[in-house]
Formats: sequence, structure tokens, C-alpha cells
Amino acid sequence: MVPTSYYVLLSAILFTIGVLGVLLRRNAIVIFMAVELMLNAANLALVAFARERLGVEAQVIVFFVITVAAAEVAVGLALLVAIFRTKRTADVDEVSTLKG
Amino acid sequence: MDALTIPPVDLGLIAPLLVVVTWATGLLLVDTFFIPVGRKKLTGYLAIAGLVVAGLVGLPLWGVSGSTFGGMVRLDPFALTLTWVFLLIGILSITMSLDYLPRQDIEQGEYYPLIMFAVSGMILLAQGADLIVLFLGIETLSITLYILTGFAYPRLTSEEAAMKYLVLGAFAAGFFVYGIALIFGATGSTRLSEIGAYAADRDLGDTNLTLLLGGAAMVLIAFSFKAALAPFHMWIPDVYQGSPTPVAAFMSVGTKGGALAALVRLLFEALPTLNAYWLPVLAGLTALTMVVGNLGAIAQMDVKRMLAYSSIGHAGYVMLGVMVAGEQRGPEAFIFYILVYALSNLGAFAVLIALEHQGEEAWQLDDFAGLYQRQPLLAVAMAIFMFSLAGVPPTAGFMAKFYALTAAWEGGLPWLALVGVLTSAIAAFFYLRVIIRMFMTEPEGEPAPELNRGLTIDIVVAAAGTIIIGLIPAPIFALVERSAVALGG
Repeated sequence: MVPTSYYVLLSAILFTIGVLGVLLRRNAIVIFMAVELMLNAANLALVAFARERLGVEAQVIVFFVITVAAAEVAVGLALLVAIFRTKRTADVDEVSTLKG
Repeated sequence: MDALTIPPVDLGLIAPLLVVVTWATGLLLVDTFFIPVGRKKLTGYLAIAGLVVAGLVGLPLWGVSGSTFGGMVRLDPFALTLTWVFLLIGILSITMSLDYLPRQDIEQGEYYPLIMFAVSGMILLAQGADLIVLFLGIETLSITLYILTGFAYPRLTSEEAAMKYLVLGAFAAGFFVYGIALIFGATGSTRLSEIGAYAADRDLGDTNLTLLLGGAAMVLIAFSFKAALAPFHMWIPDVYQGSPTPVAAFMSVGTKGGALAALVRLLFEALPTLNAYWLPVLAGLTALTMVVGNLGAIAQMDVKRMLAYSSIGHAGYVMLGVMVAGEQRGPEAFIFYILVYALSNLGAFAVLIALEHQGEEAWQLDDFAGLYQRQPLLAVAMAIFMFSLAGVPPTAGFMAKFYALTAAWEGGLPWLALVGVLTSAIAAFFYLRVIIRMFMTEPEGEPAPELNRGLTIDIVVAAAGTIIIGLIPAPIFALVERSAVALGG
């Protein structure tokens, strides 16, 4: 059996890639994908811990996380479509009329 | 693996929440099928009725303490009082939207049920006793707010604000979930009380302690994002400026109240034994928040952005109560501050709405010049709100700040109380600047549009509340004292 720490390490790496993706990439769709990577890294850690501790609780959380992530992305893509109609771009740097 | 057993469920304990959610769902259908376009105000009235009913349903629950859904949801006086405060915030926000939406040509029926769903998320945050429930509460609140922020589409500023909010909110959600995963890995539970018991009972060992601390840190980062603690505050000014004004008003008090209520429970049920680790970090964040918020507000010539920075500063003062919530005074100060801040801030935003022309923005300081000569009542109301936000007696804001600073002082954080006093002194400058513009300069530009009924009610209620709580705080003190008793740690 693969030790839990391997899974956790992998999930930490995926999470870091996700964080860097959000911080460094400028295309809104890529940013959404990076956020998904963060959430799914957490899901991987959750199921790994659930297997180690033999509890279903953490596996149930994963379903909640998947549902919430789907809702979030639905709103995000709707917004992106709205912005694209107004501004013809998906680049977050070009959408900056608000100063700050 | 053991079989999944369904725990006994007592729906009575979540009655207000249940009313809000079912009412909002029903209202969405009613609005679609029965309420004609152009008469969407009716939906707003029905939404207000739903929130009032939810508040009334809560009345018999006063004094009841208990948990249900296998200990995932808790009802105690702390949660119930906060529920009432949140319902009040919802009602005031809807009232100020009734005339704002048609004036801006963005009236759509689903706006009002969305506000109700956001309120349900806040109530869930106050009642949640499990990390999963807190996650769902915070996401219910956030996702509805993303939509509400972008509600003024195709206005680009609104869309942009929504996008910024969504990206940062989703980022914070990622941290939250990963934090939950690590905490579960360390303790094998997501129930706040079980995490607390686990951390208190046994010697954690290095690996588990590291996991737990890492998880707690990530969850705290997520909460700091939602409650706008510096240095996780940078989205606030842009999002407030771009979103429809009633939504900004709702957001400024709603997310703070909800997220910090959950933080109180998290810190004192799950992590009290790790106090030595999180207290210095949070104290630092709080001090930074008060300084950044109040200094940032000085530079703003735009009153809406000024209020945004001021809301960051106020998050710091609320945190004073949150951090010492193990003591009796902490949760008291927290509830009292949220209530008072809600009244003063919603009132100030209502005045902003009253000054907005159709499709135009009237948030510059100059737009307030000579307001007293044109609309004396509006100017007096704004003065009351500004005095209250600045913490000048005899307004409620003074009592609230006094309460929060006392709580911090007695709770063993005197230096933080001192930072609070100093930053309040700085804050007085930019609040009084608005008052000086209103009373001591000549009017410029076009007069503001006529006040309409919803806004008038809102402003009068908020101003009266601010003054009355400032003059006769005793009943509210008694209420918050009895709400905080059950928390205890």
C-alpha cells in the first residue's frame, strides 16, 4: 500500500502549482483552472487521510467540495462571458477601470 | 469501515434558517411565474416579509441551547442574537434597494431572493459547529455575493468588481478546503468540539501538531480574506466601488459578521489550546488592519472608497472582541459592535444612494458640499453616521468602540487597545472631513434627486438606532450579555 505521506506530498505539490497559477497567469480561464487544481489537491489530501483513518467523513466532504466548485465555476464563467461581451478580452490585466 | 448512520435531526433548532431558505426558494418561483416585470418591488416586499417571519420564528428559541445533525449545527443564544442581527441587515439592505434598482435600470426579481440566500449563509456561519458546515456557509454567502456584485451588468465596473471578488474568493476557498484536509489529517474529525478535545487531551506529536498548525493557518488565511483583514484586504476598495451600492453596504457588514462569528467558534472550540500560536499572529493582523484601513481612508476623495477603507479599519475593531472571546466580554463586544456597525454603515451607504442620480455616480467629497443647505435632514443623518463610525459620543459607535477596547484591555492585549485608540484618532479626521464639507461649504452642481420612501425609512431607522443605542445602551448590553453567557469556550 502506498503510504499516506506520498499522497499528501503530491497534493501539496498540486496545491502549490494551483496557487502559483492563480498568482502568475493572467487569463481568467487559466486562473479558474488553477483554482480547480487547488480544490482538487485538497480533495486528494482528504481521501488519502480518509483511507488512513478509515472514516467516511472526509470522503463526504469531497462531494461537497466538488459541488461548491461547480457552482463557483458556473458563476465565474457566466461573468467571463458577460465581460467578454463588453470588453472582448479574457485577460484580467486589461479589465482594470477601477483604480487600486 | 463502519456503516453510515443517519443522526437524529431536530429541525426546530434551525427554524429561522429553514424559513429563510424555503422562503427564498419559493420566492424565486413566485417571482418567475406570478410577478409581472415592472412590479418587482412586490418581490422585495415579500422578501422582507420572509426575513421578518424568520425573526419571529426565532423568538421562542431564546434561551434554548442544543445541537443537531450529529453535532454539526448548534443553536445557542450567541447564534440566535447574531441571526437577528443578520436578518436586520438583510431587511435594511432590501429596503434601500427597492428604489435603487429601478432607478439604475437593473431591477430583476432574483435580486431579493439572492439577498435572502446570502443571509442564510450568514446564519449558517453563526450556527455551524463543524468545518464542513462553515465551508458551506461561507460559500453560500460568497457565491451569492459574486452574483450580486456583478448585478449591474453590462456596466463594466460592476462586472470587473465581481470578477476580482470571485477570483480572490475562490482562491481563499482553496485555502479553506486544504486547511480542512490538513486538520482532518491531524485529528480525524471536522467537528469543532472534537478537534478541540483531541488537541487538549493528548500529546499531539510532531507530525500531527505540524499538520494541525498548517491547517489552522490556512483556514485563518481564508477567514482573513473573507473578513478583509490586512494584508488580505486589497480587493475591498475595488469591489465596493464597482458593485451596486446596496450590495456594497450589505457586503461590508454581512461578510464581516458572518465570517468573524464563525471565527469566534473556530478559535474557542477547536483551537483554544493552540492559543500561544495563533494569538500573536492574529494580534499582528488586527493591528495592521486598523492601521492600513484608517490610513488608507485618509487619501480617498471618493466617499464610497473611503467607506470601503473604513470598513477594513472597523474589521480590526471587531477583531478586538473576537480575539478575547474566551473571556466573557469578548463575544459581548463582538455582537454589540456588529449591530452598531451595521446600523451606522448601512445608514451611511443609504445616504450615498440618496445622492446618486440615475446612472451617475455622486460619491466624490465635493458632491457632499453644502448638503446641509439643500437637504438638511439628509445632512444631519449623514453627520450622525459619520460621528458614530468615528466613535464620537453620544452615538452608538462610541459605546461600541469603548466596549471593544475594554474587552481587549481586560483580555490581556493592552497594546492592541492602544493601537485601537490611536487609529480611531486618525479616523476622526476623514469622517469629520465629510461633515465639514456638508455644513461649512457652499453647494455645487445639481441638487440631489428627491428622497423616496424606502430610503427615508432606512435612514430614519438607522439614525434613530444609532442615537438611541448611544444614549440608552443598557437594554442592548443586557441582551448581548445574556447571549454571550453560553459560549464560554
